[in-house]
Amino acid sequence: MLQDLFSKVKSRVSVDKHIQAKSGVNIPSDLMFKCPRCGKVEFMDAFQMHNKVCSNCGYHARLTAAERIEEIADNFTFTEYDKHMKSVNPIDFEGYPDKILQQRRRTGLREAVITGECQIMGHPCALGVMDARFMMASMGSVVGEKITRLFERAEEKNFPVIIFAASGGARMQEGIISLMQMAKTSGAIGRHSQKGLLYITVLTDPTTGGVTASFASLGDIIIAEPKVMIGFAGRRVIEGTIKQRLPDDFQSAEFALQHGFVDMIVERRDMRKTLAQLLRLHSGEVAYHG
Amino acid sequence: MAKTAWERMQIVREKNRPTIRDYIPLIFDEFVELHGDRGYGDDGAILGGIATIKGMAVTVLAHVKGRDLKENQASNFAMPHPEGYRKALRLAHQAEKFHRPVICFIDTPGAYCGIGAEERGQGEAIARNMMEFMSLKTPVISIVLGEGGSGGALALGVCDELAMMENALYSIISPRGFAEILWRDASREQEAANVMRITAEDLVNFGVAEAIIPEPQGGAHLDHDKAADAISAYILKTIPKYMQNPIAKLLQNRYDKFRKIGKFTEQKGANPV
Repeated sequence: MLQDLFSKVKSRVSVDKHIQAKSGVNIPSDLMFKCPRCGKVEFMDAFQMHNKVCSNCGYHARLTAAERIEEIADNFTFTEYDKHMKSVNPIDFEGYPDKILQQRRRTGLREAVITGECQIMGHPCALGVMDARFMMASMGSVVGEKITRLFERAEEKNFPVIIFAASGGARMQEGIISLMQMAKTSGAIGRHSQKGLLYITVLTDPTTGGVTASFASLGDIIIAEPKVMIGFAGRRVIEGTIKQRLPDDFQSAEFALQHGFVDMIVERRDMRKTLAQLLRLHSGEVAYHG
Repeated sequence: MAKTAWERMQIVREKNRPTIRDYIPLIFDEFVELHGDRGYGDDGAILGGIATIKGMAVTVLAHVKGRDLKENQASNFAMPHPEGYRKALRLAHQAEKFHRPVICFIDTPGAYCGIGAEERGQGEAIARNMMEFMSLKTPVISIVLGEGGSGGALALGVCDELAMMENALYSIISPRGFAEILWRDASREQEAANVMRITAEDLVNFGVAEAIIPEPQGGAHLDHDKAADAISAYILKTIPKYMQNPIAKLLQNRYDKFRKIGKFTEQKGANPV
């Protein structure tokens, strides 16, 4: 059922139609991957075999939500929540419905986040995965509502929550309604937390703006993938404000770790077992029974 | 004929528009300012302290707009750093401990975008304020004085009741930023202001704001005393309403106020409207 959601889509990573090789020859992006961090070009097959991690610099490229769920959840355990929820046009912004329709056709997704429940190495949890292909996974009413319901259901079922965050920020086209989703999701996290339940966020490329300033930053444990971009304000905005170029590692996962805003950086190949370990460390298995 | 968002924007940008520093002596009998986040520093863009209004102690938290260049340099044009939000949170917890209601005055173009702000976790500071204010066990009232922009405003905007000054605006981003991002043309600022639905009436219609505080004819800049009187009257009328609620009910209502905001469809197979 999840598969047929994505059946129309061929996963691609590079945004450009063609990659400009050093020789000046354009290479179709279906064949090659060019790392946005170090610029290395490699064959798409090899790159995909390597879990979409750059073989040169270790940059963890974006995954689709389906790929992520496939990597993380135990086989056949994922049940999707709220799969029919779709955007409307709350501030009647011209062109927004067309934009949504076009994004749906292009990605095969209904919205920028998929939520549900699954097991990870036998540990049940609620899982939310954002997909940056859909309007840069910006948060409007649908993302806000699905995330909020995820926490409310997890609270009822006593589930921990894991969210793979990625976002360009709040969705401008829904105006103030989008902004309020930051408060709504943060409130739901607070209630889940007050019940003594675990929340883990995994920051993936890119985690920025209103999502950084709400649910992505509120995990009991915050994990980042290597080399991904994590920040509040956009790099260009800051460069415009301070009138100078920022260093390359500014707003990287490593920068966030160094400044105390993530607990650990975990490579993709270790993610599943790390999450399973953290879930086990917060389960009845290790609780004090004196 | 109601004024457009753009017309209101010109009013809130009037040079003589009262700032929180003008309002404090006009609204409150006493005010003791408290400084610092106890972790990094003191941010001039956010002011906090204890005040009394008609003999009742309250905690005041506010963005600080400057009235001239010197004041604006000290307050960074009301664009807070993370330590400003953390100071606000510290004082909010203090208010909770001593059972004082919290009154937040919102007046900011947005949280500051800079190197230090990123290094010290601007996103984390805003997120934490929203989460903690949602369960703060004392009434919280927020009043938008001029412009409320983005998460930088919302970090002081998780409250039991939100009031807008008649000409105030509250938006996801400044109209200029909106035009820049969606149309790649910052010069379409006026057009953006008028399509973003950011006036007091818009926000009441969306269920984001509950009240509109009237301004003197032509705008608050023309009569500070009268504007302050209207704010005082609003505070005195509103605080008792929330002080009477048992805490559990207060918090449930606060959660529900934000919980219901959002528009979407769950019809199977429907195209977006």
